[in-house]
This record gives sequence, C-alpha cells and structure tokens, in this order.
Amino acid sequence: MAWINDARYRAVFYQVLAIAAVAALTWSMFATASANLAKQDIATGFGYLSRQAGFVISEAAIDYKPTDSVGRALLVGIANTVKVSLLAALFGTVVGFAVGIGRMSRNPLLQRLMLSYIELLRNVPLLLYLLFWYALIINVLPPVRSALTIGPHVYLSNSGLALPAFSLDGGWVMPLAALVAGLGMAFAVRRVSLRRRLATGRVNAGGWIALAVAVLPLAAVWLAGGLAVTWDIPEAGRFRITGGAQVRPEFVALLFGLALSVSATVAEIVRAGIQAVGKGQWEAASALGLPRRRTMRLVVLPQAMRLMVPPLTNTYLTVFKNSSLAIAIGYPDLVMVSNTVMNQTGQAMETIAIFMAVYLGLSVAISLVMNWYNQRVALKER
Amino acid sequence: MTDLPLSMDRQSPPLRRSGWTRTWFGTPLNSAITLVCVATLLFLAKEAIGWLFLHATFEGTPETCKAASGACWPFLTAKLRYMLFGFYPYEEQWRPLAALLLFFGGALASMAPSLWGRALLAAWAFVLVPALAVLMAGGVFGLAYVPTTQWGGLPLSFMLAFIGLAIALPLGIGLALSRISAMPAIRMLAIGFIEVVRGVPLISILFMATVMLPLFMPDGVTIGKLLRAQVAIIIFAAAYIAEIVRGGLQDVPKGQAEAGSALGLGYWLVMRKIVLPQAIKKVIPPLVALFIGFFQDTTLVTIIGLVDFLDTVRSAMRDPAWQGIAVLEGYLFAAAVYFVFSALMGAYSRFLERHFRTTQD
Repeated sequence: MAWINDARYRAVFYQVLAIAAVAALTWSMFATASANLAKQDIATGFGYLSRQAGFVISEAAIDYKPTDSVGRALLVGIANTVKVSLLAALFGTVVGFAVGIGRMSRNPLLQRLMLSYIELLRNVPLLLYLLFWYALIINVLPPVRSALTIGPHVYLSNSGLALPAFSLDGGWVMPLAALVAGLGMAFAVRRVSLRRRLATGRVNAGGWIALAVAVLPLAAVWLAGGLAVTWDIPEAGRFRITGGAQVRPEFVALLFGLALSVSATVAEIVRAGIQAVGKGQWEAASALGLPRRRTMRLVVLPQAMRLMVPPLTNTYLTVFKNSSLAIAIGYPDLVMVSNTVMNQTGQAMETIAIFMAVYLGLSVAISLVMNWYNQRVALKER
Repeated sequence: MTDLPLSMDRQSPPLRRSGWTRTWFGTPLNSAITLVCVATLLFLAKEAIGWLFLHATFEGTPETCKAASGACWPFLTAKLRYMLFGFYPYEEQWRPLAALLLFFGGALASMAPSLWGRALLAAWAFVLVPALAVLMAGGVFGLAYVPTTQWGGLPLSFMLAFIGLAIALPLGIGLALSRISAMPAIRMLAIGFIEVVRGVPLISILFMATVMLPLFMPDGVTIGKLLRAQVAIIIFAAAYIAEIVRGGLQDVPKGQAEAGSALGLGYWLVMRKIVLPQAIKKVIPPLVALFIGFFQDTTLVTIIGLVDFLDTVRSAMRDPAWQGIAVLEGYLFAAAVYFVFSALMGAYSRFLERHFRTTQD
C-alpha cells in the first residue's frame, strides 16, 4: 500500500476530487435552475436579443430608438459605459497628476490642502458622492427658465448642461486625415530635433517647427474649403433649451464623481511613485544645476512613470467597474439597460451572463493595453 | 570639461533664503501658491461657517428651515434615530445601540497587536458574536424577536462589512494557497474564480445573488435578502483578499518552506506553522486598507433594496415633511459618519505598518 503515501497519486486524487466537486455543484445548480425556470414559464436561450426592445433610453452614445432590438439596446449600454469610463479616466488622470505633484510640494499649505482633498475623496463611499452630486444638480441648480450662463451659449441648469455643437459640412474624413498626418509629422520632427540636440548639445527650434507642422495640413484643408463648420447653438426658451449638445444631469454627476475618485487614487499613485525615486536623483540633478521643477519633469517623473503603470492599470479597471454605480442615479449604462431588459423579459441568467462577459472582456482588453504600455516604459535591460 | 553634452540654458543658482520666508515665499511661484491657497481656505471657511452656523436653523420645523438659507439642524435631531437604526422597532432601539457599542468596544480592544491570539479569537467567536446576535435578533431572555427584514441603518452596514471580512478571510487564504498550489487543476480553478470575481463589478455579483441565487435553490428553500447580499459580499471580498495574501505568500523566501519539508513537516504543517504566519503578518496593513474599501462598498446594497445606513439617510430625506429641504444636511451627515470610520481605520492601518516595520526581523 505504498502508493497511498505517494505524493503524485495523492495530487491526482485531490485534483480529480476538486474538479468533480465543482462539476457536480455546477450541474446541480443548472438542473435546479432550469427546473425552476420551466415551472415559472420563463423562456431560456438568447433568442430574445433580436426581439424589439420597446423601451426608451434617455441617453445613447450610438443611435437608438425603441423599435430597435434588445441586442441593440444592450449595445447602447456598453457604449455608454465605455464613454463615461474613458472620459472619467482621462479627466481623473490629468487632475490626479496635478494633485499628486502638489502633494509633493515644499509649500506646506499646498501640501496639506492636497492631502485633505485626497482624504476627503478616499474616505467617503463613491456611491454617496454620486448621489450627492446628482442631488446637488437637481436641487441646487436653478430651473431651465433661469439657467446659469457660464459662457457664450453655455447654459447650466437642473436639467443639465447645454453646449454649442458643431458639425462639419464636408464630412469628417478629410479634416481627420489632415489632423493625423499633421500629428505624425510633428512627432517625426520632434524625434529628429531631440536626436540632434543630444548630439550637438545645442538648443534648436525643433519644438516650434513641430508645432507648425502639426497644424499645417489642417490649415491647408481649411483654406481649400474642406472645413466648413455649421454651429448648432442652444437657445434658452421658457421651459426648455433647444438645440446644441445637451448633457444630461445623470451623466454630469456620474462623470464628475468618477473623475474625482480617479483623481484621488491617481494622486496617491503619483506620490508613491515620486517618493520611490531615489533621493540621489534629486541631488544629482541639483548638482548639475537643474531647478526643482525641471528635475521633476525631466528626471524624476520619467522614472516614476515606470512604477506607476501597474497601479494605474488597476485604477482604470476600477473606474470601469465603478461606472456600474450609474444605476443608482439613472444613467443608462450596461447594468441599468440590462436591469430593464431583465425586468421586461425575465431572462435574468442570460442577461447577467452577457454583462458579466462584457465586463470581463473589456477588463482583459484594458489590461492588455496597459501591459503594452508597461513594456514600453519598463527598464530596458541589456 | 568645458562643454556639457546636454546643456540647459544657463541659469544662476536659486537664491537661498532661510526660515519661514523661504518656505512660504521662496520663489514668485511659491508666493503665488501660498496666496491662492490662503484665499481658497478663507473662502471655504467663510462659506462653511455661514452655512453651518450663521444662517443655520437650530430649532424649529421644516417650514423655518425652508425660510433660512443655512443648514437645518432640526432635521438631524428629528431623524437621527431613524437614520441610525432604520425600521428597527422604536422602543427596542436600545438593542442595536447596545450592540453597536459592544461591537466598537470589542473592535477597539482587538486593535492592540499584543492582544492578538487564540484567546481573542475565542472571545469573539463564543462571547461577542453570540451576544451581538442575541441583542439584534432577540427571541431569548425575554427580548422580543426582531426579524432581519427590520434590521437597518448603521448596525447593518457594520454587520455586512465585518461578517463579510471574517468569513472571507479564511476563504481568501484558502484561495491564495490554491492559486500557488503545485496541482494544475486546483490552481486553474482558483485562478478562474479569482479573475472572474475581480473582473466584474460588485453590483453584478449583488444582482446575481438577488436574482439568480433563488433560481439555484431547490423547491421550498428560500434565503432572506440580507443573507443573499452577505453571500455576495463574502464572494467578492474573498477574491480580493486572496490576491493580497498571495502577494504575502510570494514574499516569504522559498527556503522557509524547503527547510520545513527538510525537517519532515507535511504541507499543512509547513503552511500553518512556517509560511502563513510570516505571510499574513506582511499583508495585515494592506488588508486593513482593503477593509476600508469594503466598508464603503457595503453602500451598494442600497441598490438592491437593503436598508443600510446610506439608505436610511436617503429615505429620511425623502420623508414628505422634509422633502427637498435637507438634501445637503442628510448627505453631509452620512459622509461625515463614513469619513470618521474610514479615516480611523486608515490611521490604524498606518500604525500597523509602522508597528510591523519596527518589530520585524
């Protein structure tokens, strides 16, 4: 009976046991669920996706009308989720970097102010903030007829933000191509000028040339008449604002809340990254005569970036998942649209499976993009 | 060396002033920063004092609050008990209060690392938790029975968070051990579970627990909403704890486990006596930090209709008598409560970090 004490056989036995247990559990849950569903007369399968949705979505990032299919409605939810997460990550990162650097300032007042900003955001639940901003917009901002004018043709009221919108008569293709071409050329010019500067040690006008090159193609398109812009100006009426781009209060509250929460996390990541860069780097830069701000920009931050990428990845994954709190204030993100679909069709299993799969898939996608960036900034060991 | 390879435009070395003038007004930029900060602080202080005290209503009815522009303190005094305890029977509300105080006392005592040990664990398992359960549920010792559907407010929030963590911790440790196990099938199962749970938002797991769990139950078995939310929080917490514990496990040098095996100890003894104690000690501060997050995340149960603290505050604000009058007051009160507990735990996490840094090695 020596085989009973053999670690190899034991390992196989435990693994078979684990797989069998999981399989049995899954099977029994599935069997009970299908029996229960059959009893409640709820259909199964994904056929309902092509049925007509029949409900209104208050805000859609892609075209949608109630006569579209359920699948299309879910797609609108996905688009809305992606839109708000991307914008929140973008704004949050910009603000977070500023706050994080301010947190490292030698001015004690600024340092403490930034610290309290971070602490206030990190110690109160995000959901509470979202509800708070939403309540603030609805209750404290004036109604439409006395909307605040916060810029030419920009109106803020308790039914949201109205901005001038523009459309291009000649289509988007030419201007966009010109923009991309300009940016590509500018990037090339900058590389050449940087290499020349490293070789000769002399400051050159590369930055200005790059700037000029960047706008040149766009200017050419404009002069050729390919950039005719039509503005859609919002008009303040007595009961509603018509025209322009209308941003609903749910979206404003969600974006604001998510961006603030991202900014606090990013600020802490930036601080940790800066602190992790050795003191010798500051001293060496100072010995070379670099002022503090340039040391930060040219010596410390590039090194800190490397350390910041993995936690930043986590932050972006978190904001993307946290955007699901939208359901609490009524922004039609993926979870909220799914919830409506569940209530209408009763097909909870399939709908939950879909939105979990979407979240998982997008999480993996974000991880991949950030890993690619991580490899770019990582220390090249030769 | 006359020519530096990368020369900046020449600048004279910064002037060195000493003392407070340099701290506050060292450079033009620094002076500007100081002035802007002072202006911001003064503005905030003026607004806050004006709203909280000068224009505030301290006594009166919703009508007097409506007339004044400042804070409405009567709202807090009128609604405090409802916000703290929800629909718990009014005359029995001393019981959740006593439970909260008992819990705080126990938690405070457990904070001292010198007390950690089996005795403390036993005290929680056999004295404190049963006492808390009796206080909340009743049904014995002449206490009236209160079903979980009437529980609410702050005790519910704490309960979801602490029970969640207490059960998720051993589960998470088990998951972490499985994840770095040498057996591929067990490792794959653990990785699958952890990554799926971490890849989806908590709200989706809560939805699953409320909508799908009843479907998985055989006929006649029903579980309360509270228990379902608690299960969801445990599943969620276990996956995150597993990742943190795994970090600690990977930090323990391999030689430790090998030395244990060389002494003839089996896998479980090596883990229990050698590897886990070192790993857990390393990850206690991040675990406390994680716990702050869970405490805040319990607010999400309000979306699936449980009456946690955030929910009682919101329904207090929606009371017809106070509708639209005390919006800021309610949210700021809730925010202040969450802030105090989160900040305290944050300070405790930093204390533990310092404590372990000095006692290690």
